[in-house]
Amino acid sequence: MAEFRMPSLGADMDRGTVLEWLVRPGDTVHKGDLMAVVDTAKSAVEVETFADGVVEKILITPGEEVEVGTVLATLSPVGEPARIAPAPAALAPSPPAPSPPAPSLPAPSPTAPSPPSAAPKVSSPLVRRRADELGVDLANVQGTGKRGAVTRADVEHAAQVLRSGAPIAESRPLNLHRASPYARRVAHELGVDLAAVTATGRNGAIRAEDVRAAAAGGSPPPQAVQPIRPSRPDAMRETIARVMARSKREIPHYYLSTAVDLDESMRWLRERNRQLTVSERLVPAALLLKASAVAARQHPGVNGFWTEEGFTAARSVHLGVAISLRGGGLVAPALHDAADLSVTELMSALRDLVARARRGRLRRAELADPTITVTNLGDQGVESVFGVIYPPQVALVGFGRVVDRPVAVEGLLGVRPTVTLTLSADHRATDGFTGARFLATIDGLLQHPEAL
Amino acid sequence: MTMTVDEARGAVTFAVHQIVPDADVQSVDDDADLRAEFELDSLDFLSFVELLSNRAGHRIDEEDYPYLRTMSTCVAYLRAER
Repeated sequence: MAEFRMPSLGADMDRGTVLEWLVRPGDTVHKGDLMAVVDTAKSAVEVETFADGVVEKILITPGEEVEVGTVLATLSPVGEPARIAPAPAALAPSPPAPSPPAPSLPAPSPTAPSPPSAAPKVSSPLVRRRADELGVDLANVQGTGKRGAVTRADVEHAAQVLRSGAPIAESRPLNLHRASPYARRVAHELGVDLAAVTATGRNGAIRAEDVRAAAAGGSPPPQAVQPIRPSRPDAMRETIARVMARSKREIPHYYLSTAVDLDESMRWLRERNRQLTVSERLVPAALLLKASAVAARQHPGVNGFWTEEGFTAARSVHLGVAISLRGGGLVAPALHDAADLSVTELMSALRDLVARARRGRLRRAELADPTITVTNLGDQGVESVFGVIYPPQVALVGFGRVVDRPVAVEGLLGVRPTVTLTLSADHRATDGFTGARFLATIDGLLQHPEAL
Repeated sequence: MTMTVDEARGAVTFAVHQIVPDADVQSVDDDADLRAEFELDSLDFLSFVELLSNRAGHRIDEEDYPYLRTMSTCVAYLRAER
C-alpha cells in the first residue's frame, strides 16, 4: 500500500496545512496526478502523487497543520479492491499526530459536494492564460481533453456559463470559491468559511469586504477550533528571515557586477513587438531570463546545489524567478527547463507562473527544485541588486533597471540602454573566475537576441 | 466612436481591477503614476495594456506606453480620435 505524505517543499519547510483535497476515496490516480492543495508559509501549492493507485483513505482534514512526512492519504494498488473510507468531514478537529488513525466518520459532511471530476486538472499554459483572461477558475472546469485535460474550448464554455449566470455551484468542490488572495487571507484571519460568504465582486468573486460582512453578520461560525498560526504575511516573513539568515551564516558569498549593453536586445524586442498583438508581446525580462538560463547550462558550476557532500551540478536548468507578492514577501518558483524553451514559450510560462504565484497556486516541483535564481528589481527602479543566495542553490543572478547611459561605442560617445547585471555566488562551489565567465556569457547572448 | 470620460475611466478602473483585485482606484489621484501606485511590474503593465486595448478596440503600440502613465493621461489617450 502506498502512502501519500506531506512533502517538503524546499529546505525551509517543516510543516504544512492541507487546504483542499483534489481527489476522493475511490479515485484512481497515476504518478504525477494532483492530489491536494497544501498551504505553506509561502504559497498554496498543488501536490502530486508519486505512485499509481486507488485512493483508499484520506487521513487529514482540510485546515489541519501537520509535520512534513505525515501520511495524508493511503493508496491501494490498482486492480485490488480498495477498502475505501469516507472522507473525513471538513474541519473535523483531529490531533496533529505524526500518523493519525483513520477517522471512522459515518459519512462525508453533507455540505461537501462531490468534485466535478476525479481526474486532475491538467492544462497547458495557453489554456491557463485563456482562463485567466476570461476570469475562469480552472478548478471549476470539467475537462474533456485527454485524461481529463482542460481544453481551451472547455474554458470558453465555462466562461459562457459564468456570464450567463447559470448555476455551476452544485458541481463545485468545497473551498473552491473565486476570491482574491487578499479576501482569502482576511477569511483565514477572521475564521470565515468562504462557502458561507455572499459574493458581490465581478463574476461572483468574493471580495475582502464580503468576508468582513460575513464575519460581522453572524453567518454560522465554523464549528471547529481554528488552528492558531500566524497569518501568511507573518509566516512568510519568518520563513524569509530563517532562510536568509541561514544563507548569510553558511554561504561565503562573492559578488560580481557588470554593465550590459542592451541596444541590440531592445531593438530586436521593439521590432518584434511591433508585429505582434499586445498579448503576444515580450517584455525585456523574458530575454534576460532566457540568456541567464542558457548561460547557466554552459557553466554548470553555478547551477546546482551545495549539500553536506559538497557541490552537485543539476542536470537541467530550472530557473527560479523571484516574484514579489502584493501582500508582501516573495516567492521564487522555477521555470522548468528554461534553457530549452523558446523566448516566446518562456514568456508565456513566465506570465502563467507569476499569475499563479500571486493567486497562491504554485505546484510542488516549482517551489522545490529551482537550480539557480534570477531576481529582477528593474521594475522597482533600482539600478543594481546583489541578492542573497537561496540555499541549497549556489548562485543568484540580479538585473536592475534598464537605463539609457552614455557609452563609448567604436570610439564615439553614444547613448545606449544598459542594464547592470550582477552575480552573488557561493565561494565554496565556484571562484570569481567561473562567475565572471558566466556573466560574460550572459552578456554575449544578449548581444544576439535573435539567436536566443 | 469616441469614449466618454466616464467610459474611459471605467476602462482604466476595470483593467487595474483585473490585475490588482483589491485596488482602490477611486481614491488615487488622477495624476498619480499608476505603475508606482499599484506596484505594476512589466508583466502587469503588459496585461494592463492588453485589457485597455481590448476595451478600446484598437491595438496600442509600445510607442504609446508613455500616454498610459496616469488616469488623466490614459483617459486623454483613450478618448483621442484616431
